[in-house]
Amino acid sequence: MRLSDALKSAGFYIPASCGGSLACSTCHVMLDAGSFSRAAPASVDEEDVLDMLPQVSATSRLSCQIHCDESMVDAEVRIPDAITNLLSK
Amino acid sequence: MSADLQKVIGEDSFDVVIIGAGPVGLFTAFQAGMVKLRACVIDALEHVGGQCSTLYPDKPIYDIPAYSSITGEGLVRALMQQLEPFDTTFLLGKGVVSIAGDATAGFEVELSSGKHIRTWAVVVAGGAGAFAPTRPPLVGIEQYEGKSVFFHVSDSSKFVEKTLVIAGGGDSAVDWANYFAGRAAHIYLVHRRDRFRAAPASIDRLYENVADGLVELVVPYQLDALSGIDDGLLKSVTVAALDGKRRELEADFLLPMFGLVTNLGPIADWGLDLSDGCIHVDPSNCMTRREGVYAVGDIASYPGKLKLILTGFADGANSMHAEYCRRNSGKVVTWEHSTSKGIPV
Repeated sequence: MRLSDALKSAGFYIPASCGGSLACSTCHVMLDAGSFSRAAPASVDEEDVLDMLPQVSATSRLSCQIHCDESMVDAEVRIPDAITNLLSK
Repeated sequence: MSADLQKVIGEDSFDVVIIGAGPVGLFTAFQAGMVKLRACVIDALEHVGGQCSTLYPDKPIYDIPAYSSITGEGLVRALMQQLEPFDTTFLLGKGVVSIAGDATAGFEVELSSGKHIRTWAVVVAGGAGAFAPTRPPLVGIEQYEGKSVFFHVSDSSKFVEKTLVIAGGGDSAVDWANYFAGRAAHIYLVHRRDRFRAAPASIDRLYENVADGLVELVVPYQLDALSGIDDGLLKSVTVAALDGKRRELEADFLLPMFGLVTNLGPIADWGLDLSDGCIHVDPSNCMTRREGVYAVGDIASYPGKLKLILTGFADGANSMHAEYCRRNSGKVVTWEHSTSKGIPV
């Protein structure tokens, strides 16, 4: 299961409106440093989408690109106050 | 229902105005044609297709019935072809500001261009909302917008011989930095990392401009704060690195180039039952709490709603059959399969 789906299932407001196709950035989350370093690193495409967010943190990820495996046990996930849904050209 | 509702419609008057030209808006227009309602489709973008065409034109979609795989662009093309038999009006590049009136007297839809359109029904097929530029979350940015902060470059002459801060790492940021190199007095290009996402030739040119001292890269930094003189004139842009280090860049103009976002915008003021970016509707006919105003597709919410394109297609059919019934004093659409009755022209 993707982290975005897990958050949605738990009742959090994560639109993830492009369905994981790396287009919208509406599943942007900030991880704690530990789980950020344990998670498989972001792909070039994911970094490109993060580039288009006006404000990111050092541990920003798109939750649709993270699999809920053992690396995510006890992860602390912060959902940004403002959701950006962007159009990447 | 008033007898007025039966009167003949004229120019700039329609049976139904559909707001949003994404796949669901287009199929709703087709369904309007099938029950002989004349439709006008409006979209804030300059082209049809909504998210499918703008966010993922080349990506395959696997859950459209009868297509094992179809691209966003292919789906939109097929929907436009399906719509061809009907006289559908398209008003593109225009936002809807307000919806006045009611189901009995008819509605008046006001566009961002100032134009007014008369209609007997409105369908909101707005997806995740209208596209608008991404506004960085900087305190007080509104007072500078249109004076010293611009999200689009429409008149490039005002930036000549000025000091510019361009923010972002995509095509727009890189292309405008290259365009103004040598024209502007100085250019700071602010980006969160040292990699840019643009055409390879544009990136090569950027680094040439950097080597020539025409563009100064400010990486890895993000916009942090603005300070100005008064009357919306910028004095400097403060940028911050992820580790907290700050720099103050003196500048005349800031051009944030972070692409577009979707925004519900004025939909919130249309008297609809809105929560979490969705409009609550009656699942039996997709009508909102305002009679004659429907919502379909991703923007419509009811218990058990699946946010899929195919569900939106069903919403479109439901809404147009319900509208036919409403316009014809409760007369139910005499059910015939399209295989037997064909396309009503």
